[in-house]
Amino acid sequence: MKKSLIRNIDQGVIMKLNKILKNTLLIIFACFALSACATSKKTSGQMQGDVYTGTDTVEYLASGVPDRVFFATNESVLTTASRETLRKQAAYLRKNSKITIVLEGHADERGTREYNLALGERRANAAKDYLMTYGISSNRISVLSYGKERPVDSGSNPLAWSKNRRSVTVKAN
Amino acid sequence: MRILIHIIIYLILIPSKSFGLIEVDITRGNLDPLPIAVSPLSIDENSRQNFEKILKKRNIGEEISKIIEVNLKTSGLFNPLNKDAFLQAPDIANLKPRFEDWNLIKAQALITGKVSYIDEKLRVEFRLWDVLAGKQMDAKAFTTVPTNWRRVGHIITDKVYQRLTGEKGYFDTRIIYVAEEGPKTKRIKKLAIMDQDGANNKFLTLGNELVLTPRFNPTSQMVTYLSYFRNLPRVYLLDIETGTQEVVGDFPGMTFAPRFSPDGKKIIMSFAKDGNSEIYTMDLENRIVEKITNHPSIDTSPSFSPDGKLICFNSDRSGYQQIYVMKSDGSNVKRISFGKGLYGTPVWSPRGDLIAFTKLHKGKFYIGVMRTDGSGERLLTENFYQEAPSWSPNGRVLIFYRETKTDDKGEGFSAKLWSIDLTGYNERMVKTPTDASDPSWSSLLSN
Repeated sequence: MKKSLIRNIDQGVIMKLNKILKNTLLIIFACFALSACATSKKTSGQMQGDVYTGTDTVEYLASGVPDRVFFATNESVLTTASRETLRKQAAYLRKNSKITIVLEGHADERGTREYNLALGERRANAAKDYLMTYGISSNRISVLSYGKERPVDSGSNPLAWSKNRRSVTVKAN
Repeated sequence: MRILIHIIIYLILIPSKSFGLIEVDITRGNLDPLPIAVSPLSIDENSRQNFEKILKKRNIGEEISKIIEVNLKTSGLFNPLNKDAFLQAPDIANLKPRFEDWNLIKAQALITGKVSYIDEKLRVEFRLWDVLAGKQMDAKAFTTVPTNWRRVGHIITDKVYQRLTGEKGYFDTRIIYVAEEGPKTKRIKKLAIMDQDGANNKFLTLGNELVLTPRFNPTSQMVTYLSYFRNLPRVYLLDIETGTQEVVGDFPGMTFAPRFSPDGKKIIMSFAKDGNSEIYTMDLENRIVEKITNHPSIDTSPSFSPDGKLICFNSDRSGYQQIYVMKSDGSNVKRISFGKGLYGTPVWSPRGDLIAFTKLHKGKFYIGVMRTDGSGERLLTENFYQEAPSWSPNGRVLIFYRETKTDDKGEGFSAKLWSIDLTGYNERMVKTPTDASDPSWSSLLSN
């Protein structure tokens, strides 16, 4: 009991740090490295830890510009791969300055409906913040959380859940 | 539907003394339900024919007694006996039961009654008898429009339940829920409402937009829910009598997880902005909006205590989802869930002493209850996926929804409503015409 409490507090501190300094890449990097160590993860096929790394469900905004990023369970931290995807999206959006976008945040089915709505919103905002640091104006971005209401994969297994924990960038015009 | 149903208790037959008569203990699991005989309500031929014309039911007396029987059986506390064994005719039993006959078939309690057609109205009287003591325990009569016949059955069940358990019933109530259809990836959801026993199911929206989490106002026929109308997820207020609806407040982002305050005058909900969900209230009379929480974590699923002084809610400020309690002004926040796993959807019991919740631990979902300080945690049911408990108005039963695991091809998904007694006994599926989720139990429609 005591141990789990301490661990929870640790996590809380990390999250808060994250929140405050989320635009400072270095810190995000450090946090991510930390949390990756804390829950030592194995790589298997289309997942790294429990983050989806495959391309089955991915669509493209333009050639070479994937439309979505994936998250670990209960997390809204962007992975290295997610940040790379978002940098590509930012470059594309800078070139096509008339395009506005909706960031649709999603959660997997293994959580309560209301919390998942909040989590989807938090994930979409993680993507929004990153796009903004790469020069995309906030008035071109709106955010929409679907919680667990719109899975792409109807499976009840870890791989399906990893595909569903996502933020999808959708052109709005 | 009518708000005011003109049921007039105009006749209260001699109330009997209470000592020494049968009692049903509902505080522990009832493995030995009370044997009760529900004699078909007697009806004279003229009344029978009139009701057959109006209601298309051959014998409305029998129909009403069937409703009482099903209600009693569903409660898990009573065992309605097979009518084939009844020796006494309904009309004579209602005048004066021959207790030896009822004793012979092991009935401990007996319900008799009479239905008549008077001035185009339905008049129903019923009597509850203690068979062993040979005494009448309760007797009442109701007059109402004939189309209310099902409600009369529910009200009689409420009276019987109250007389035998000492607590108010929950049978003359309705459930609002989300009806679901279509594949899991493109689910179509509609608001639906039905009587507590599944009768009179009615869809309230067409399914054009996603709707979630409807909740009854405890004091009126208003409902608050989340709608994705025009892809803007916002909390709405719906009057189920008139069908009028409106957005609650003017928030520049998603509002969700709405519930009414116990006096029905405020809505409490979450508002999400920049990745942070906070809890707000809005007064429905003066439209004043107040921010209750102030923390960079997710704060959601708020629920008032019945006296309105406290709020329980769900927050991940410790790193993971846990249950917290605070004063209604947002001060004095205390975490109350400390068991292993994640905790969500806290709902305060209408009796005030317990909080029901959903728990996720090692890949299983549980519905449980704890005291309001977090002590005495008790898990009532375990499953692959279930959540969102809602209390019966007497705080004795929880209704929630359960989803099935899909197979390797992603098929076989279903969502159904289930109910379980606070004791952990009497777990049962609540039948709905389509798949269903997010149930919310109304208050008693009459008292």
